[in-house]
Order: sequence, then C-alpha cells, then structure tokens
Amino acid sequence: MNAGAKNRERRILDAQMMNRSMRRIAHEILEQNQGSEALLVVGIQTRGVNLAQRLVGYIKEIEGVRVPTGKLDITLYRDDLRHTPVQPIVRSTDLPPDVTGKRIILVDDVLFTGRTIRAALDALIDFGRPDRIMLAVLVDRGHREFPIRADFAGKTLSTKKEEKVVVRIKEVDGTDGVWIEPSSQ
Amino acid sequence: MQFNRKHLLGLEELTAEEIRMILDTAVPFKEISERQIKKVPVLRGKTIINLFFEPSTRTRISFEFAEKRLSADTIHVGVSQSSVVKGETLVDMARNLEAMRIDMVVIRHPASGAPAFLAERIDSNVINAGDGWHEHPTQGLLDMLTLRDEFGKLKGLKVVIVGDVVHSRVARSNIWGLKKMGAKVGVCGPPTLVPRSLEAMGVEIYPRIEDVLAEADAINVLRIQLERMQSNMFPSLGEYNRLYGISTEKLEKAGRDVLILHPGPMNRGVEIDSDVADGDYQVILKQVTNGVAVRMAVLFLLAGGKPARAAEVAATLE
Repeated sequence: MNAGAKNRERRILDAQMMNRSMRRIAHEILEQNQGSEALLVVGIQTRGVNLAQRLVGYIKEIEGVRVPTGKLDITLYRDDLRHTPVQPIVRSTDLPPDVTGKRIILVDDVLFTGRTIRAALDALIDFGRPDRIMLAVLVDRGHREFPIRADFAGKTLSTKKEEKVVVRIKEVDGTDGVWIEPSSQ
Repeated sequence: MQFNRKHLLGLEELTAEEIRMILDTAVPFKEISERQIKKVPVLRGKTIINLFFEPSTRTRISFEFAEKRLSADTIHVGVSQSSVVKGETLVDMARNLEAMRIDMVVIRHPASGAPAFLAERIDSNVINAGDGWHEHPTQGLLDMLTLRDEFGKLKGLKVVIVGDVVHSRVARSNIWGLKKMGAKVGVCGPPTLVPRSLEAMGVEIYPRIEDVLAEADAINVLRIQLERMQSNMFPSLGEYNRLYGISTEKLEKAGRDVLILHPGPMNRGVEIDSDVADGDYQVILKQVTNGVAVRMAVLFLLAGGKPARAAEVAATLE
C-alpha cells in the first residue's frame, strides 16, 4: 500500500469500537430472541463468515451456549452475472441439511444496495423453511435498491454512493476496522 | 484469473491455470448435489442442447444433472431420433437449433474433431462430451479432481493409464491434463494398443503391469472394447485379463497401496476383477459424483460471469 492511498482513507471504526459493536449486536440478538434457542448464525462469504464466528464467540461468553454456524456463498444467486465482466469466484456453502424451524441470523460486513441480501434470502429458502431470518451487519451505509433493512447494525453511516466502505478483519486482512475510501479516480 | 474460453473442446489447448480454475470451481459445486433441493438459479434462462451421436449413459446423465441443477433448460437429442437419419449434416442441424435461440451445445460424436468443427460455425458455446479418439475433456477433469481429492495434489503424482490407450479419448484427455498439472504419466497395455508412438506425448511406456503396480500412485483402468479383440488387437479376453487385468492377487503381490480409477462402464473379469471394482482401493463411484460437479463448473465458467455473445460484451463495455 502506498502512502497516498493510505492518506485518502478515513477510518470510521477502530478494532476496539468494531468489537464493541459486535458484542452489542450479540446482546441484542439474545434479547430479541429471548435466548439462543433454535438460533443459527449464517455468515455470507467471505467476511460475513468471520464476523459470524465472532458473534457466536460473544454469544458463548454471554449465554454459555455455542450456537451453530453456517456459511453461505451467494455467487450462484447473483442478479448481475450476465453484466459483470469479471468472473466471480464460487466459494463454499456449508449449512445444516435442513434449516426448517431455525431462527437464522444472517451476517454480512456491509449493507449497501441490498442485492447481496436478496440473493442470500433466495439461497437460504432453497434449504428449507426457517422460522425467521434476521439480518446483522457491521455497517449499514444506506443507498438501498431493494426493500431490505438490517435488524442489527453495528454502525449506521451516511455515505456518498461512489465512496467505498472497506471492512478489514484480522483473520483475512491482518487488522480490524472500518474505513471509507473516496471514489477512486 | 479470468476464464475467457468460449468452448471446451479438449484439455490439450488449456493452460495449467485454466485447468486449476475449473477444478477449484468444481469443489463448491459438489455441495449443491448434497442439498435437499438440488438446484441453484445461476443458468436460469439458458438453453442447452445435448447432441449425442453415440450411445452414452453416464456422461449424458451427468451432463443433464449438471445442467438441471444449475436451472438451465435442456433438451437431449439422440442420433436415432434426429434428422441425421434423414441425411441432414451436422452443421445444418446445429444452425437450425440455433435458429431456435439456444445458448450451448454439448456434443458427443464418433468423429474426432466434430466439436471443433461445430464451434467454428455456430455462435453457441460448444462442450465436447467425447469425440472419436480425440478427447473427452470433462472425463479428464473429473479424473483429475478425484486424484486431487485423494492425494491433495497432482504435481509429482505418478499416474498410469492401462488398456486400450491408442483408441481412447479418455486416455488422451488424461495425458494432456495430468502432464500440464505436473504429474508423471505412464501407459501400459499390449503393444498393439500401446504403441511406441505414444512416447511423443511425453508418457512412459510400461510393458508389464507388475512394474506399474510397483511404482504408480494411481492407475486409471480403461475399458477393453470387444471390437478390438475381433480386429485382432489381442488374442483373447482371458489372456488380456491374465496379463493386464487388475486383480486382488496382483495388488497383493505388489504389497503397496495403489488407487484404482475406472471411467466406466466396466467389464468385470476383463480389465478389472470384481473384488477390485468393489474393493477398498477404488474410487470409481467418487469419479461419478465428481463428474457432475466438474460439468457444473464447466457450464458455469463458460456461461456465467460474462455475456455469452459478442454484442452483449460490446454493450457492457460502453
């Protein structure tokens, strides 16, 4: 990374703030669901998977229960495959064979247009009939193109549409935090 | 890395990177076939014709499952039901099908090069499902995926293909693919079916199966076609079995683990004995399962992620 690129980025959340937000979301999930009964925490590839793991860790700390997790890849449900010039990489999906009756917490790093979540909902419903699907995101940055909202949000940001919100996660990127990059020109 | 090919005609023209990309893409596709609802919408609205000018059970069903699990609309055309029997040429037939707005053609044909011939003349993506003695690329890919699953790598593996190598498109696709991925490839069989000229492909020739069993990590056992015996390529099935057939006795004598692959359909008691075909060292049914995943990956990479037609490419670049 060159110095110029670094200067252009604005940090919104540092590691401590990010993890406080995730811990609060864990509390809110337990509060709203009156415990951890039938919960299934599903992360959207790739960073949602790491965030889901963290949420499950916090839930364990608070409640003493390890709730099951899953991974979801939404590539095959995207609505833009015909339009993107770049070949998307298909990653693994790993869910329990039947999600019927589960209360699913869908986890992603950033909520933006809502198209990823639309695809994730379609994918989840192909696995069965969950009782409820709730959405937890680290950052809600607005500019929705679909009628979709987050049930749990770590941070709500007002952004310009052309800006880029970058979430970095220690397991993937070596550091924790959220940054805003101005549109690359 | 970008998969920029329009057709899959053979493994000879692919790069190691492209082969790796197909195999890597096939891995997550395996899980779809384990679901209760075995379907994802990625090829929704795509129309695929399976043109089979030769009998096939496994390959045909495997392609159809792959297509259907990706939500494509598919039609199977077998040669006996087609207008070919009325004398229509391959190109006329394909052009007529294209006039009905199809997106992809999967073709099996007894003539080597028929898929390439078609690919030059129509707009659709063409996938070779086996042509003459030339190639059977998806079989080569599924064999490589199975080997990679079992050994964790292909580089440095010693794989020997046993049987009627010279007439085998499966052997050819395996040789091209494995060599590119850094495996060492050998061939073994009667000299009429494994001639010296194969050395030009960069393979080692083993005259005796005992030497293969002593050295190979894996053996790909080819089906012996009865027609070959009738044309005096070898004296009898019994003798073939005695000299080259894979038996428990020979495996035990070798005293080491060798993985056994077979592309099917098997002639039990000829190239492979029943106890080996059902035994601990074979991965024959894993090959079949992997076949669906590999074909899904190929269909996805050829159709998905980028526009199928040049006009659409131009439109997105504007």
